[in-house]
Amino acid sequence: MNRYLVQRLGFVLLGLTALVVVIPILLVVGTIVVRGITAISWEFLTAMPRDGMKAGGIFPAIVGTLLLTLGTALAAIPVGVGGAIYLSEYARDAWLTRAIRLAIINLAGIPSVVYGLFGLGLFVLFLQFGTSILAGSLTLAIMTLPIIISAAEEALRAVPTEFRTVSASLGGTRWQGIRNVVLPQALPGIITGVILGLLRAAGETAPILFTVAAFFLPRLPQSPFDQTMALPYHLYVISTQVPGMPLKIQYGTALVLLVLVLSMNVIATMIRSYFRRRRQW
Amino acid sequence: MIRLVDSRFGIRPHSESTNVAESKIRIENISYAYDGKPALRNVTLDVPANAITVFFGPAGGGKTTLLRLINRLNDLLEGTQMSGRILLDGQDIYIPDTDVTSLRRRVGMVFALPLPLPGTVRENVLYGLKLAGLRDRNHLDGILLRSLNQAALWDEVKDRLDDPARALSGGQQQRLCIARSLALEPEILLLDEPTSGLDPISTGKVEASLFELKQNYTIVIVPHSVQQAARLADYAAFFLMGELIEHQPGRDIFTNPRNQRTEDYVTGRFG
Repeated sequence: MNRYLVQRLGFVLLGLTALVVVIPILLVVGTIVVRGITAISWEFLTAMPRDGMKAGGIFPAIVGTLLLTLGTALAAIPVGVGGAIYLSEYARDAWLTRAIRLAIINLAGIPSVVYGLFGLGLFVLFLQFGTSILAGSLTLAIMTLPIIISAAEEALRAVPTEFRTVSASLGGTRWQGIRNVVLPQALPGIITGVILGLLRAAGETAPILFTVAAFFLPRLPQSPFDQTMALPYHLYVISTQVPGMPLKIQYGTALVLLVLVLSMNVIATMIRSYFRRRRQW
Repeated sequence: MIRLVDSRFGIRPHSESTNVAESKIRIENISYAYDGKPALRNVTLDVPANAITVFFGPAGGGKTTLLRLINRLNDLLEGTQMSGRILLDGQDIYIPDTDVTSLRRRVGMVFALPLPLPGTVRENVLYGLKLAGLRDRNHLDGILLRSLNQAALWDEVKDRLDDPARALSGGQQQRLCIARSLALEPEILLLDEPTSGLDPISTGKVEASLFELKQNYTIVIVPHSVQQAARLADYAAFFLMGELIEHQPGRDIFTNPRNQRTEDYVTGRFG
């Protein structure tokens, strides 16, 4: 075979693999959009569920997912970014630091249902938060932490050492250098990591299963100690636990979850490119 | 940083070093190593005030290391070993409880590669003062004007003070970095090959401003060529593989070196 033929063949094969990746995504999104779009109405988005969830809307589930994501962000961002700053800027390369890094990498590989059980044990039972938004958010936050820490640490390390040296040479303390020079440059990367983590949290079912999610609760939560419905769990419930559920509502719920997650993604990308543009050097 | 102070180089009575008063910086028996690899061997050297001292010699001679020891920038590195003392106005800068950040305000540094910080020209020049907590707008504007003038940059950037510093040319960026150090009114200015990336015209401007600055500042520079060393030197120190080979006032070292190895280097027989 001459090398031009090999080149051609390689091109075609690699193109096919790319296509194989795209096809399932298009099929999944396409099916959900086509079958779910008819369910979408003002009532579906803003009303409480009725008739054993077979009619009405999914408003409490939407609000619940937004609240859980917000709670996760509040808990995970400060801890995650703070931890990343410590690991990247302050920690010496000792065995303890390496052990912490290894632990973080391994945390990312733990199945989400294990986080759910951990949250049940620690937050719901031991700390007596009950099944509540607080317990659910904290559980999701712990699951999200490794993603945020790894991405943020990566982004901080990508800032050349020389910037820290210059800041120090101008009489800056280590923190002043981090605050004024390193963090602004690492921000787009940090935001990306935060968003990836939060998106995963927003779509997870297992961690909220035992810690916060309500099967059927046709009212909005009043405090962080209330249970709430949430989209992923609601989808699981109406797909498997309720006989005679109209297919339209199932696909409609899936579509709402999809759009919610994707629009968060888009907003995140916009924030990121805003900070990239503002970078003035 | 692990710091090993060899007892042989311990505290000496001040009377023994009679010229401490005239020398701004006194480097005493400094030995230094990175991960056990020696970079400086027992270097002793006096740097006089209000003059330009050049550290020159082939790469790997320890010039940059010595420069970074004078404002303790090497504190940021791990796995280094040091012995000896460095005195600033007779004061050991490595004794515990030294305020390192205020030391670095007294000893400014300009690096080989100009590295503007994020932000505008103005923000770059005033960065150190902002960190020091200076807020008064009029005062800051005065310093901005003075330091950009001292760095021979004011005329070129006076209408671009709020432009991103990155938008300046390489030569302008380097002078901006000099202005940034000068804004803190340091007593000493350390420059590590500040013109290595610059064209001859920008180099000329930087050198001209250094000649102005030495009236008021103590300047230590690692030049990027022997020619530049010869142009700038009031005092010159020749370093080879971590050792101080020769140290002379004036430019004699370039025309009439005492040491054979210095002569070989300045006449271009190696390097």
